[in-house]
Amino acid sequence: MNDTDKPQPGQPEDSAGQTLTEPAPGDQQGERSRSVLRDIASGDAMAGVLAVFLAVFVGSVMIAATDEGVREAASYVTARPSDFFTALWEAISGAYSAMFRGSVFNYLLTEPAQQWRPLTETLKFAGPLILGGLGVGLAFRASLFNIGGRGQMLVAGGAAGYVGFQFDLPTIVHLPLALVVAMVAGALWGGIAGLLKARTGAHEVIVTIMLNYVAYYLLFYALTKDWLLKTPGSVNPKSPPMKDSATLPKVLGDQFNLHLGFVIALVAVGVAWWLLNRSTLGYRIRAVGENPHAARASGINVGMTYTIVMMIAGSLLGLAGANQVLGTVTSGVSLDLDASIGFDAITVALLGRSRPLGILAAGLLFGALKAGGFTMQASESISVDLVLVVQSLIVLFLAAPPLVRAIFRLPAQEAK
Amino acid sequence: MSTVTTPTPDTGGLAPDADVTPAKGIGAKKLPIIFGVLTALLAVVLMRSSPSGDTTFQLAAGTDFVTLPDIVVPSGPTAWVMVVLCLALTAEAVRRMLAHTQQSIWIPIGFAVAWMTGFLSWAAADERIRVVSLLGGAVALAIPLVFGALGGVLGERAGVVNIAIEGQLLFGAFAAAVTASLTGSPWAGLVAAMVAGALIALILGLFAITYFVDQVIVGVVLNVLVVGLTNFLFRQVLAPNADTLNSPDRFSAMPIPILGEIPLIGPILFRQTPLVYVLYVVVALVAYSLYRTRWGLRVRAVGEHPKAADTVGIKVNRTRYRTILLAGAIAGMGGAYFSLVSVAGFNREMTGGAGFIALAAVIFGKWDPIRAALAALLFGFASNLQGVLSAIGSPVPSQFMLMLPYLVTIFAVAGLVGRSRPPAADGVPYRQQ
Repeated sequence: MNDTDKPQPGQPEDSAGQTLTEPAPGDQQGERSRSVLRDIASGDAMAGVLAVFLAVFVGSVMIAATDEGVREAASYVTARPSDFFTALWEAISGAYSAMFRGSVFNYLLTEPAQQWRPLTETLKFAGPLILGGLGVGLAFRASLFNIGGRGQMLVAGGAAGYVGFQFDLPTIVHLPLALVVAMVAGALWGGIAGLLKARTGAHEVIVTIMLNYVAYYLLFYALTKDWLLKTPGSVNPKSPPMKDSATLPKVLGDQFNLHLGFVIALVAVGVAWWLLNRSTLGYRIRAVGENPHAARASGINVGMTYTIVMMIAGSLLGLAGANQVLGTVTSGVSLDLDASIGFDAITVALLGRSRPLGILAAGLLFGALKAGGFTMQASESISVDLVLVVQSLIVLFLAAPPLVRAIFRLPAQEAK
Repeated sequence: MSTVTTPTPDTGGLAPDADVTPAKGIGAKKLPIIFGVLTALLAVVLMRSSPSGDTTFQLAAGTDFVTLPDIVVPSGPTAWVMVVLCLALTAEAVRRMLAHTQQSIWIPIGFAVAWMTGFLSWAAADERIRVVSLLGGAVALAIPLVFGALGGVLGERAGVVNIAIEGQLLFGAFAAAVTASLTGSPWAGLVAAMVAGALIALILGLFAITYFVDQVIVGVVLNVLVVGLTNFLFRQVLAPNADTLNSPDRFSAMPIPILGEIPLIGPILFRQTPLVYVLYVVVALVAYSLYRTRWGLRVRAVGEHPKAADTVGIKVNRTRYRTILLAGAIAGMGGAYFSLVSVAGFNREMTGGAGFIALAAVIFGKWDPIRAALAALLFGFASNLQGVLSAIGSPVPSQFMLMLPYLVTIFAVAGLVGRSRPPAADGVPYRQQ
């Protein structure tokens, strides 16, 4: 496939029989996280396809069960079954064709530019998901679970927003400055969890969850103070709009919403790939993720690696936050600037197997689901929240290939 | 290092990483340090803006058998007296530390009361503090937190990390609202909430126990799943049929005859909704059975050392399943608070992160049911105090009050405020050899 899937020095047993691994009593935590990631990484393609199929099937059942027409037809299904199946087909095909129209190609329109507009919307939604997914995935590679994406985005978005509306600078300085400030803010916020783990052993899952809420209330506070982020004279907790010099420019002209954030995400994928697979730091990250004891024995500063990887993860989520504030919603910083991307990023990283190219693909898929979901809600009045259900089901099924095999009565995977 | 000195295996789940854990805790020195910092904080606040005027503490609830009089005190001087009192208690704590005597439980309690009195006299200068509604409201707000924390404690003592408390609360709230609307009985709603919580626990168990998927991952994904599912059903089904599906009867307050008449304590503890009385019973039952019954011993055994438990014939995974189902039912009951007590009816994401505060209470309460319940009560108090203070327009920014539970938990896991140590096998799936 691609280079990232080759066995790497830090993980020699990656492709070796995953079903044979039994956690040694003295090394349970490392084994556990690794076996999970390995399950996700080397679960066969069949189980992956079936996982998506199952999730979509459950989504279809939900659409059918809550559809008026289907329920009406179901009341006389024994008398006229054809009505029932027609209603069923209309409800489900209506939903999925609306998703397609909203995410890839709108065949109802005639002008080519407008027909392809949904695809640019998909890319717009995918940008921050990819950035966030990289942030979560990179931490995964060091065996750290970064649930703090939301907090890192909020802090970074607030900081970027402050630079974005407060300063008057030429674009060439202003925009990079705002992006760098977001990265630094995100890195500092993420670094807290890494530093606490390194120094005190505090588990990063707990710390990052708690920091999400601390960040939320900090931003809330900042949005109520004129000298910080609040629009003077307004009663809403919202900042003034961004200056034009700080907004991410539109890449395909003003008729499309796609902005530079997606390009930044692509660059970040490349950088993350290089970092993980070609740099010394990446080697350390993977070594610590594989086995912290062995890494320490070979002279790697484990605590330092934890701190650095959390700072890099925070800066990537910081970029995702800046992407929202400076690109997608430039009308001002608000409390919902993260748009649940902080949590979506976890599912993106899991689906992308914590590998940069996998995250790129997963981000594009979830971006399409998001873009399509909004169209589905508008034209078929099916709640966009269905997308959340399908997303989380995909990840759940993907994490447990034996369950998927059991459901489809496939033979158990043989040891390779 | 610590791996050599301690015989326990390297811990998984939410345990602190043994490799980077300092071998020694901060020990008994913490108490005087915390006291000192808090006292200094209060003194600095008072120096910056010493209030004039009086603060009124109203102790009566209005319909008491014996009416307690209001206590009116001058704000500034009272606050300073309390600072002196806090200093005295700090000095006593230091003395005990130097003399290597046991720190009495009454010192922190006395300190907390003195500090809070001083703080309230400053924050509510020229205002009236209704002590009964301040504390009674705290109990009410703590209901879902205590239920959630109990569920969390039970699961983790059996070795299953439950990040999905939030999802159990939310799904419980949803099921309670729908069932109570359909049947017309809030009690049926409560039962449905328990079933809903147990259902989430079942999914957690299926993936985490049977298929060895990382428990934290399952928990996080389950939270997202429940948010998506309830939002979807709310928009598609509940909102269009609100009359039949989303208009439950609320639990109304039900004073207990004699206990409710006790001055101060009665109105706070015994003039609440039935859910609160259920809560008292559940806390007592969980605490008793976890430490005093064979079942509790087994639960703790599979959470601390599953292999040893297996060796003596305890079915590890079966015990874990049963425990988390029970834990899920308890957490689900907390969900009923949102849609049957707080307001009547379900709304999108109405739990608002309470499940994570409950998780914080589990850790801050050191995986002990009573302590976790008290921690949840403390967090409920912080949140109610915030409401009371912002209602009387106090100078404390409400966001910082709301931040407190989370900050305190970070300090707790970092070992700054008492080392929190989870069960040894917390979060580690058990594979039979």
